[in-house]
Amino acid sequence: MWLPSFLYPFPIRPMPMPQIVVENLVKRFRVAERSPGIWGALKGVARRRYHTVDAIDGVSFSIESGELVGYVGPNGAGKSTTIKVIAGILVPDSGRCEILGRVPWTQRREHVRDIGVVFGQRTQLWWDLPVIESFDLLRDIYRVPRSSYARTRDELVEVMRLKSLLDTPVRQLSLGQRMRCDLAAALLHSPAILFLDEPTIGLDVVSKLAFRDFIRRFNRERGATVILTTHDMDDIEALCDRVMVISSGRILSDGPLDDLRRRISGERRLVVDLEEGEGRIEMAGAQVISRSGQRVQLRFDPDAVSAAELIRRVTSAHAVRDLFVENPPIEEIIAQIYQEEHG
Amino acid sequence: MNTLHLYARFIEISVRSQMQYRASFVMLALGHLAATGIEFVGILVLFDRFGSLKGWSLHEVAFMYGVVNISFAIADAATRGFDLFGGMIKSGDFDRVLTRPRSAALQVAGQELTLRRVGRLAQGLFVLVWAAFGMDMSWSAASVCLLMGAIAGGACLFSGLVILQATLAFWTVETLEIMNTLTYGGVETTQYPLPIYRPWFRRFFTFGVPLACVSYFPSVAVMGVPDPLGSPLWFQYVSPLIGVGFLAVALQFWRFGVRHYLSTGS
Repeated sequence: MWLPSFLYPFPIRPMPMPQIVVENLVKRFRVAERSPGIWGALKGVARRRYHTVDAIDGVSFSIESGELVGYVGPNGAGKSTTIKVIAGILVPDSGRCEILGRVPWTQRREHVRDIGVVFGQRTQLWWDLPVIESFDLLRDIYRVPRSSYARTRDELVEVMRLKSLLDTPVRQLSLGQRMRCDLAAALLHSPAILFLDEPTIGLDVVSKLAFRDFIRRFNRERGATVILTTHDMDDIEALCDRVMVISSGRILSDGPLDDLRRRISGERRLVVDLEEGEGRIEMAGAQVISRSGQRVQLRFDPDAVSAAELIRRVTSAHAVRDLFVENPPIEEIIAQIYQEEHG
Repeated sequence: MNTLHLYARFIEISVRSQMQYRASFVMLALGHLAATGIEFVGILVLFDRFGSLKGWSLHEVAFMYGVVNISFAIADAATRGFDLFGGMIKSGDFDRVLTRPRSAALQVAGQELTLRRVGRLAQGLFVLVWAAFGMDMSWSAASVCLLMGAIAGGACLFSGLVILQATLAFWTVETLEIMNTLTYGGVETTQYPLPIYRPWFRRFFTFGVPLACVSYFPSVAVMGVPDPLGSPLWFQYVSPLIGVGFLAVALQFWRFGVRHYLSTGS
C-alpha cells in the first residue's frame, strides 16, 4: 500500500550491507611428508605420512562496495588461498563467506558471473586466437547480451588502447600488451568485484603505470570493488586506500595505508647528497641509516626535531648539493609488522 | 541449447587453430590412417591362414572391427580435453575453469576436438562398408538406426572411460596410464566376437565395462546373425543405451571429483 512518506515513522532505507563478508575463515591442507632419496620416495608410496598446514587460520574482514583494497603478505602467507576461497575455487574448512549475498562455493556459477579474476601469471585468453575472438568467446561463456557487450568492449578497447592489438594472436603479444588484454577480458561481463592476483608481475615500468591507471579508472568510474594481491609495494602506494596484511594465515593489520605507517612509527627520512670531499656526517636528533657514495640517509622523529630545523643544521655544517625528505618505504613498514608479530 | 551453442563455439575454435598447421594435420591424419590400417592387415593375415575364427567369417569380424573403431575414433577426438586434464590441474589452469559460470566438464571437453583422429575414423568406415558389401546382408530402417545407435553408444562409452580416467587425476594429479588398458585394450578386445572369449572375460565386458553392449550385441542384430550366446533380439536392440548410461555415471563421478577438488585444491 502506498502511503505518503511523512506517514512513516522512520525513513525506510536498505541497510548498508558490506559487499564482501568473511568471518573466521579456516583452510587447512594435508601435505604428504617426503623423505629424501630414492628409498624415501619408495617409502612414501607404501605408507604416506601427512601433516596439516593451516593455510588460513581465522581470517575475517569485510569490504564495502567500491573499495580498492590491497592484500599483501609474504609467499605462503595465505593470500592466494583467501582469494581462491572468495573466488569460488576452494571450499574452506570452516568459517563464513558471503559475497553479494551469496556463498561462493555453494552457488559457484551465479557467484562467478559477478566477479572478474586476473591472475598475473596465467592468461585467460586463448593462445592461438586473435584477441578479439577471445573476447567474443568470453561473451558466449558469460552470456553477455550482444548490445551491452559491444558497448563494454568498445569502451575497454578505447580506454586501454587495444585497437591495434585486436587482430593479433595472443601468443605474439608482449607481456605488457597481454596483461592489458587480460584485464579487458576480465571486465567484459561488467563484474561488480575484480580480483587481481599479482597483476603487475614482470611488467616494465611504463606498462605498470598504464595498468595502475586503468585499475584506478575502473574503480572510480564504475564504482567497482577491487582486491589486489601484490608483492610490488608501489602498486599498493599508488592504488590502495586500504591495506590488509596477512602473515602465516592471519590478518596482522587492516586499515588505511597512512594508519599503517603511523602505527609503526612517525619516523621520516632525510636524504642528503653531499658535495665531494665531505666526510662523516653527525647530527643531533637524527641517525645515519645508510651511506652510499655521496648519498646519506638520515632517520629522524618529526616530533623531536622538525624537518626544517634538521635541514638547517645539516646545511650549516656541511656542503650539500641536494636533499629531500621522504616517508619510510612500505616494504620496511610491513617487514616491521612481521617482526613484531614473530619476535 | 545454450550449452550446445557454447560447445560448438569451442569446437569451431579448436578446429580453426588445428587448421593453422595444415601440413602437420595432413601428415598426422595419414599417419593415423596407416597405423590403424596395418592393425587391420593383421586380422586379414590371420584369416588368410585360418579361414575362420570359431565359426566367424572375416566379414563378420571386420564389421565389428569397423563399429568399434568408428566409435573409438569419435570418442578419442571428442575427449582429448580430458586427456590433457592432469596437466591442467598441475598448471593451475583448472582454477580458471572454475572461475567461469559454466560447467567444468563442458569447458574441459571443449578445449580440443582432435581432427587427426579422422584417420582412424576413415579406416573404420572403410572396413565397415567393405564388410557390409562382402556379406550381402539385408538392411532395414531398424537395423540402420541400430547401427547408428551402436556407434553413438560406443562413442559415449569410450568417452565415459576417458572421463573416469581423467577424474582420477583429482586425486593422483598424474593421469593414470593404467586406464589405457581399458580404452585401447577394450578396442582390441571387442573388435572380435564375444563368444571366442572365456566366460569370465565375457561377463566383464558385458556387465563390468559393457563394451560388448555397443559392439558385439548390436552387430549380430544388424548383420542378422544368430547369437551363439543366445541373447534375445530386444536386448541386442537396447544394449547401445547402456553406453549412454555409462557416460552418465562417469559424469556423475566427475562431478564428485570437482567437489573433492574444491575442498582440497590439490
